[in-house]
Amino acid sequence: MPTSKPLYAPDELPRYARHIALREIGGPGQGRLKRASVLVVGAGGLGAPILMYLAAAGVGQITVVDDDTVSLSNLQRQVIHHQDRLGMAKVTSAEITLAGINPFVQVTGIATRLGAEDARALVAGQTVVLDATDNLPTRHLLNTACVAAGVPLLSGAISQWEGQITVYDPARGAPCLACLFPTIPADDLAPDCARAGVMGALPGIIGSMMAAEAIKLITGAGRSLRGRLILQDVLWGETREIAVHRRRDCPVCHSLKEDTPCN
Amino acid sequence: MATVEILYFAWLRERIDAPRERVETAAVTVADLVAELVTRSDRHAAAFADPTSVRVALDQVLSCFDAPLAGVAEVAFFPPMTGG
Repeated sequence: MPTSKPLYAPDELPRYARHIALREIGGPGQGRLKRASVLVVGAGGLGAPILMYLAAAGVGQITVVDDDTVSLSNLQRQVIHHQDRLGMAKVTSAEITLAGINPFVQVTGIATRLGAEDARALVAGQTVVLDATDNLPTRHLLNTACVAAGVPLLSGAISQWEGQITVYDPARGAPCLACLFPTIPADDLAPDCARAGVMGALPGIIGSMMAAEAIKLITGAGRSLRGRLILQDVLWGETREIAVHRRRDCPVCHSLKEDTPCN
Repeated sequence: MATVEILYFAWLRERIDAPRERVETAAVTVADLVAELVTRSDRHAAAFADPTSVRVALDQVLSCFDAPLAGVAEVAFFPPMTGG
C-alpha cells in the first residue's frame, strides 16, 4: 500500500512549538509554512534576516538568487555572512548558515544576476517572492514577472536610516511597483548603499518585518500589507502608513482584473 | 491660509535636513505647495529639483501633485528607495 511521505522529519516538529502555540499559526499554519516555496532575490542586508528567519520558521523550499560575493564591507550588516567566507558566493555562504539554523528546509542558491527570462522561470509556482535587491531596474523586472505570474511580491528597500515595505499584488487588489513608482529616479537622486551608507541594524529591522510579513502571507494570519506602504525613519523615529492603490493606466498591471479582494 | 504638517522621507529629508515642518500656506494644490516650498531655502530647492519620481500622500493616502489641499492636515513626500 503506498504511503505518503510525512510532512516533517522525525525530530523536526518540536522546533516549531512556539509557532504552533500561536492561535494565528497553529498546526495548520505551520503546515502551510512547510509546504510553502519562496523566492528571495538578494542575499545582502535585507536578505540576511529574511533568509535566516524564514529558514528558522520552517519554510519548506527557499530559493535565493544573488550574483555577488562576500566582502568585508558587507559584514557590518549582512549577518548571514561570516569573516571566514570573504570572497565566497553569497548564495553559498547563505546555504551554509541556513543549513546550520535548520537542516530540514531545502535551500537552493543560484549565483546569477537576475534577468527577465530567469525571473519568469523562478517566480512561477512560488507562494511569495521577496524583493531584497539593491537596484530599481531589477526591482521592476521582478515586479513585471510577479504581475504576469499572479504571485505576491513582498518588497522592502532601505537607504541610510530609512526603509520602505509593502506587498505588491495586483491580482488581489493591491498595486504593483509600477503603479506606485512609475519612474526610476536619476542615479544621483537615489544612491545605493555603497555611496549613501546604511546603518547596520536597519536591514535587520526592515528585513525582519519582511520575514514576519512573509509568514503572515503564507499562513493567512492577521492583516497583510497589501495596499499599505510602511515608511520607517529610524533616525528621527518617524513611521507612516500610506494607503496605496492600483493605477488604472499602469503600464504593467492595467490589463489584470482583480479577482480576489484586497485584505 | 491653512496650516499643514509636511513630512519628508529618504533623500528629501536628507536634503532638507529635517523630518517634518509645519507651514502656513495658501496653496490650492500640492504642486502649488511645492512651488512655495522651493522658495523657502536652497535646501528645499535641492530636494525638489527633480520631483518626477517623488510621490505624495495626503493625510496618509497616496495622491498626486494636482490634488487639492483643502482640508488636508498632513502632506508626506517620499521617493522610491533602492537599497537592499
